[in-house]
Amino acid sequence: MSAKLEVRGLVKSYEEKVVLRDVDLDVARHEVVCLIGSSGSGKSTLLKCINLLVPIDEGQIVLDGEDITSPKVNPNRVRQKMGIVFQAFNLFPHMTVLRNITLGPIKVHDVSRREAEERARSLLDRFGLLDKVDEYPDRLSGGQQQRVAMVRALAVRPEVMLFDEVTSSLDPELVAEVLGVIRDLKEEGMTMIIATHEMGFARDVADKVCFLDDGAFLETGPPEQIFTRPVEARTQQFLQRIVDAGRL
Amino acid sequence: MSTPPDDVRGPGLFGPPRRARRQREEGARGAIVAAVSTVVVFGLIIWWVLSSENWPEVQQQFFNPEHFVASFPDVLGGFWLNIQMFAIAEVLILVLSLVLAMIRSLRGPAFFPLRILVIGYIDLIRGIPIILLILLLGFGVPALQLPGVPNSEYFWGIAALVISYSAYTAEVYRAGIESVHESQRMSGRSLGLTQVQSLRYVTVPQAIRNVIPALLNGFVSLQKDVALVFVLGVREAVREAQIYTAGTFNYTAYVAAAVLFLVASVPVARFTDWYTERVRRKRQSVGAV
Repeated sequence: MSAKLEVRGLVKSYEEKVVLRDVDLDVARHEVVCLIGSSGSGKSTLLKCINLLVPIDEGQIVLDGEDITSPKVNPNRVRQKMGIVFQAFNLFPHMTVLRNITLGPIKVHDVSRREAEERARSLLDRFGLLDKVDEYPDRLSGGQQQRVAMVRALAVRPEVMLFDEVTSSLDPELVAEVLGVIRDLKEEGMTMIIATHEMGFARDVADKVCFLDDGAFLETGPPEQIFTRPVEARTQQFLQRIVDAGRL
Repeated sequence: MSTPPDDVRGPGLFGPPRRARRQREEGARGAIVAAVSTVVVFGLIIWWVLSSENWPEVQQQFFNPEHFVASFPDVLGGFWLNIQMFAIAEVLILVLSLVLAMIRSLRGPAFFPLRILVIGYIDLIRGIPIILLILLLGFGVPALQLPGVPNSEYFWGIAALVISYSAYTAEVYRAGIESVHESQRMSGRSLGLTQVQSLRYVTVPQAIRNVIPALLNGFVSLQKDVALVFVLGVREAVREAQIYTAGTFNYTAYVAAAVLFLVASVPVARFTDWYTERVRRKRQSVGAV
């Protein structure tokens, strides 16, 4: 299997604090990778680095064989191949759901307004949100907002999707509807990197689980290995705390 | 919709009825106290002014009905010019300052020279008294007699106002742009929008909403500062009043001009307060969800 995305020796620090130290990651086409680890371990930062939203200090990120961190690469073109969904939804509050979704296709991909709206409607329909098309984001529940944010990211037809703790700011009863969308995307063969605290979901949906500890991958493997036979003591501790909290 | 919004709903809906009645009675008592004390205070001030021995003289100089009527048509005609100049200047200011603020908000080393240019402009212009700019441009530039350069005092008066006010207003916009959370910019960029597109479609529309009260405040200020172009000989309201005063040695014409400025600015000031309050309430109700 050829790698869709490779991260090589990635180092990132904010001011004096090193957030990612020498991170390597291979993501194959159609593979679903889950990043787990406690808050502050660097999961979000890694996703933002991959989407070129924050500059990296050292290393390489290779997408389809091209080093996208090279200064010669236009980051806007790279971002068109990747969608990212954030913990706090970050919908545009001054635009309707439809405008939120069509902004990218119309302005970035030169899709006609009519076609962009048609596409948006069919995506919204698929996710059971068609009746919300003219609402403003603050009229929607958290789960609905997060699903709209996913539709917005999908509307630019990305080849890789990045999810940054997309259920962490949702009420528990709304988590399932959002995770359901990700499960659907896996069915369709979307390549995904998912930072999550939902261990049950990660075990279920991941092809590969990476445990991030203090900015480095401590342990990587298929979910059954990480969740049932973790090798590293830190991984065992982390999972034990999750089990104690009744979350696995 | 039959349910009234929360703030209109009486306390009786949720509180026990007795408490509601007491609150209503207290409210009525408060209104009476306010009315009485207002009448007393203002009555005292008016009585003190009117009974002072110099009042007839003051009235003759500043509030003379005949002079008011005689000077009013010219002053009003001049004021119409103020309004026109204000309208032209305000539109130009709103556009130019937004462009300046957007340039100042661009990131990345490629935009460094542009940023420096804008920061330099803003610092320079904000440091120069507006009257000085008006004199410099209004008398200085026409004196050069450059071919193709207009030498109308209207043109240069408005230009000076636009140059000066756009520097201040750019800072208002910039504060608005910075008040929009970073995550909004990031989502815009993550969709593949360029910096400028993300500013234009995502950040700036939200920023403008946040700074409308401050922009309106600038409106009020400009309405009055337009009068400064009188130093160039433009026959606007203050100039007309001055001409009348010079012929009669009576200052009622100035008061007539002042009344006109007040009629124009007080509604905007009240509207600004009303709007700010409305936005504040809306924010609070959203924040409570």
